[in-house]
Amino acid sequence: MTTTLPTPLALVAELTHRCPLHCVYCSNPLQLAKRESELPSETWIRVFQEAAQAGVLQVDFTGGEPLARPDIVELVHAARVAGLYVSLITSGLPLDEAKLAELVEAGLDHFQLSFQGATDETAREISNSTSHPQKLRVLQWLKKHRVGVTLNFVIHRQNIQELEEMLALVDEHRPGCVEFASVQYYGWALANREALLPTRRQLEFCVAKLKEAEERLKGKTRVVFVVPDYYAKFPKPCVGGWGRKLMLVSPDGAVLPCHAARVIPGIQFENVKEKSLREIWESSPAFQKFRGEEWMQEPCKSCDRRHQDFGGCRCQAFLLAGDAAATDPVCSLAPTRGKVDLILAAVNQPEQAIPEQKPTYLYRPNPL
Amino acid sequence: MKPELTVTPRLAPGVRLNDKSQLPRTLLMPERALRLNGPSLEIVQLCDGNHTVQQIAEKLHALYSKAEPKRITDDLLGYLALLHDQRAIDF
Ligand code: SF4
Ligand code: SF4
Repeated sequence: MTTTLPTPLALVAELTHRCPLHCVYCSNPLQLAKRESELPSETWIRVFQEAAQAGVLQVDFTGGEPLARPDIVELVHAARVAGLYVSLITSGLPLDEAKLAELVEAGLDHFQLSFQGATDETAREISNSTSHPQKLRVLQWLKKHRVGVTLNFVIHRQNIQELEEMLALVDEHRPGCVEFASVQYYGWALANREALLPTRRQLEFCVAKLKEAEERLKGKTRVVFVVPDYYAKFPKPCVGGWGRKLMLVSPDGAVLPCHAARVIPGIQFENVKEKSLREIWESSPAFQKFRGEEWMQEPCKSCDRRHQDFGGCRCQAFLLAGDAAATDPVCSLAPTRGKVDLILAAVNQPEQAIPEQKPTYLYRPNPL
Repeated sequence: MKPELTVTPRLAPGVRLNDKSQLPRTLLMPERALRLNGPSLEIVQLCDGNHTVQQIAEKLHALYSKAEPKRITDDLLGYLALLHDQRAIDF
């Protein structure tokens, strides 16, 4: 049993929930933070300094669309000066060449451009907005800068068929890394799960293609595949274990152990406006709640894999099993695995193989 | 992929060492970080685009004069190959 407190390594700075896109799988909460509740620049800058002092190495600027913040260049600079490695996770939409140059100049280390598909048509259907041509422009601009580049493709039933075209973009632009991230089912994605969950055949196609791509691109582009965990035998070690590695600061300053933590009822999240990041990390009840192993139930409690996957995702346990302390239902050893199997059975019925009608999506709105 | 002795490795875009004042010294990369100490730190510091693999090997031979030079060179080539596959260095 560990008694020493882990050091936080990564900070996710959700700078805003505003976004010009409306992706059907957006990881923002259903209750989006309004512009007027967003932290001012000074508070963010203090948060970066406190993070670095607490041992954090890397900060991910995300949103919403982080470029929607008018002070984004100043924030990148402040985080870098504080000693952090700065990543920008963006749709690339509110960006021009001059702004990109300013961001790099300010100390941006890594630029992650997210794609909704390999074609404009698919991207529009998924994000209810036009952004694909702009992303292709951003890829050209990035060639002029020495900055880390990751292409991130969020994949699901409606765009897996474009995998070849996605890989063609990778071949053309040779980023340092490409991520194929299967949708994870929380918030907006959960509401749209029926349309997004891939079939087993699609998954097999994907695994085979990406294995081949990994071999081919070795030493050129690192290929990362985030599997759809409903199909896995064991759960993902969600956020590297609750309160072990990561903290997320939301636009209004609330500090969460993971993106989705708000779905778990009865947890109060403390705010950087009232306390330092270190105090919150060390002693806030939200971070203590599922830290370590005390809270575990069987079968996790006596399972050998508990140091590896920490019993999986707490939010998924709550959403699918109704108990945030239960074994993640995607685990093949979980007593509630049957629920996940039922969901998979529905997606994999033979009639699903015939072309579907266009699904009706719930698009996320842009908060005021 | 193992490098030739004549190439000059350098850190890939988006990869850098943290500041000297920040201990432990760590190689920062997109979504990952690698702790460095002893020879691994010395090697990474020489991956600056100005030193050939041969020159890095010679520096290590001088630093670790008790160890067999061939062993050092082999280990160096192995480590550079690993960093290359991780997309931490280009050569
Ligand atoms: S709507 Fe799309 S682009 Fe905007 S934050 Fe959500 S997932 Fe990212
Ligand atoms: S029982 Fe718990 S610890 Fe064991 S593999 Fe499943 S989720 Fe992980």
